[in-house]
Amino acid sequence: MTTTTVSPRALRRARRRQSLARSWAAYRAQRTGMVGLVLLGVIVVLALAAPVLVPESALSVTQATGGRMAPPSADFPLGTDETGRSILALTLWGSRLSLLIGLTATVVAIVIGTAVGITSGHIGGWYGWVALRLSDWFMVLPSLVVAIALLAVLGRSMATTITVIALVSWPGTTRLVRAQTLTVQSRPYLERAKALGAGHWHQMTKHILPNVLPLVLASATLLVPSAILMESSLAWLGLGDPSVVSWGSILNRASDSGAVSAHAWWYLLPPGLAILVVVLAFMMCGRALEAVFNPRLRGER
Amino acid sequence: MTDSTPSEGAAPEGAASEDATTASGAAIRPSDVASPAGGASTEAPSAGRSAGRVSSGFGRYLLRHVGGAAVSLLLVLFSSFFIFRLIAGDPIDQLTRERPVSPEERAAMRAELGLDQPMWQQFVDYLTGTLTGDLGESFQYRRPIFDLIVERLPATLLLSGTGMVLAVLLGFWIGTRSGWRQGSRFDRGHVATGLVLYSAPTFWLGMIVILVFARYLGLFPVNGMRSPSTPPDFWSQAVDIGHHLVLPVLTYTAVVYAGYLMIMRSSLLDEIGSDYLTTARAKGLRDDEVRRRHAVPNALLPTVTLVFLALGSVVNGSIVTETVFSWPGLGTLFVNSIFYPDRPVLQALFVLFSSSTILTVLCAEILYWFIDPRIRRS
Repeated sequence: MTTTTVSPRALRRARRRQSLARSWAAYRAQRTGMVGLVLLGVIVVLALAAPVLVPESALSVTQATGGRMAPPSADFPLGTDETGRSILALTLWGSRLSLLIGLTATVVAIVIGTAVGITSGHIGGWYGWVALRLSDWFMVLPSLVVAIALLAVLGRSMATTITVIALVSWPGTTRLVRAQTLTVQSRPYLERAKALGAGHWHQMTKHILPNVLPLVLASATLLVPSAILMESSLAWLGLGDPSVVSWGSILNRASDSGAVSAHAWWYLLPPGLAILVVVLAFMMCGRALEAVFNPRLRGER
Repeated sequence: MTDSTPSEGAAPEGAASEDATTASGAAIRPSDVASPAGGASTEAPSAGRSAGRVSSGFGRYLLRHVGGAAVSLLLVLFSSFFIFRLIAGDPIDQLTRERPVSPEERAAMRAELGLDQPMWQQFVDYLTGTLTGDLGESFQYRRPIFDLIVERLPATLLLSGTGMVLAVLLGFWIGTRSGWRQGSRFDRGHVATGLVLYSAPTFWLGMIVILVFARYLGLFPVNGMRSPSTPPDFWSQAVDIGHHLVLPVLTYTAVVYAGYLMIMRSSLLDEIGSDYLTTARAKGLRDDEVRRRHAVPNALLPTVTLVFLALGSVVNGSIVTETVFSWPGLGTLFVNSIFYPDRPVLQALFVLFSSSTILTVLCAEILYWFIDPRIRRS
């Protein structure tokens, strides 16, 4: 290749790569962030590999081979539940559902939140006002109460759980994105784009969105843990999809079958610790990301 | 969510109070959004108008927020009617699941519950009923819901009130010391502990606490609020309730305090490095005094607001904790009503929980006028 002119697209790509490399270096410098990332990697690999490690038949109540709520043994390293299924298998398989619901709900919430945030900030007017008030209203409502009320009338399924969690978590993103949209809008390059005849759609997707995305990413990493916690609470209360195994639903069965009074610590610890570790890992990553995008938090004075 | 970082802490306009309602929103709200043409048109005019006249400012501020809260409350009533009457379907089906009912009986039940009226009439009845404290009758207990709520409210307030006070004190105390010595072993240790506890699901922590302290060690009762065998005199009852209270409060506090810790810590971090602290040191004040008399009071402002906002969750924040410990409060009532299903109770508690939060936020906003001089001046 001997061309000396650089196309705008190549330039843009190079610049993106550069800023990505810079962010990555800043992220790597934080030990907690890296620990969180490694933890997450391990958990995701385990969740994906669950069908390989443990056959799905291990989840079947009728094919269970262990004793009733038996303590850990050579055959069942983490003991068994009240029907004789291996807790290890349940916890491994539970990770798939808990992660899936947490991530999907967050993606839905983030998409809604970003769309409403950008449009309300950019277009403004009565639409912006209504959108802002509506997100304020949702923000004030106690999210667990709303989620319980909705699930109680909508019925229990994975889809309703995801919808309900997304519905209570979008307004935070909206406010964040809207505020950022307003700052970006006052910058000269947007004025330039407008002067050159850029339409609303072009301004929002090409100029505002790329500037808002890093923040959205950081807030998304902090939304996932709260979505996972919310899912586990709802499932523990008995509002989860009855046909699937998630960490919350395992603990729901544990309380219903009297695991606490039976001193069955092996039944309680693995799923609960799994939730704790995943939530913690996401929070570590989220805090590190926040620090990358907001240098004041890095402790530099 | 602990969005631990109200980093742009001082949002000096009229919008500051709105920022307070959202920890995360406050984080990046620009301090000068008034310039762009279209975007900020919603806040800019009101802020501009109230600028000059300080005397009538409070009236306008009050009116704006009371009006906003009234609209929010109305929306709650609308949405509760929508959720529980329209989405949920016919309550008669649920009431009569177990026994066969003749069409005449059905019609009689519908008439008794007012379901034979047109929808708008039902809504008006519902509105007037709710506003006058007539919340209907519980399917489960066959008693007026209002009485049920009054009966159970004290237990909830006792649990979450105690937990909240402890969490705030603990969070502030540790947060101040952590922030002051950022990066020290104390700081790192406490932030890590706080985050781990914050990551634990409340219900699970409660189960573990019961397992360890009640089952293995036998130090505290497993659940409930009082033992039947306790003598009825005041002091024995108080001691008994206190004894039952320990584990739930421990669980509640453990999960919640990290939020206050992080907020206090980061708002203290915002103050560190300020010139007035250097001045204070230059005067020869001891490090402790600089912290206590200069840094902390300033760092308290954003934090206190958040505490007032969190007060809204005193009524509804302990749903899960109450359920784990079978604490006879509103949260347990709410959860039990899901499965009965006792829809009038669910509906009433939904409205109560939501409106109590809205009203506390309103109080926090009004209080903010007196605490934060920046709002008055804007």
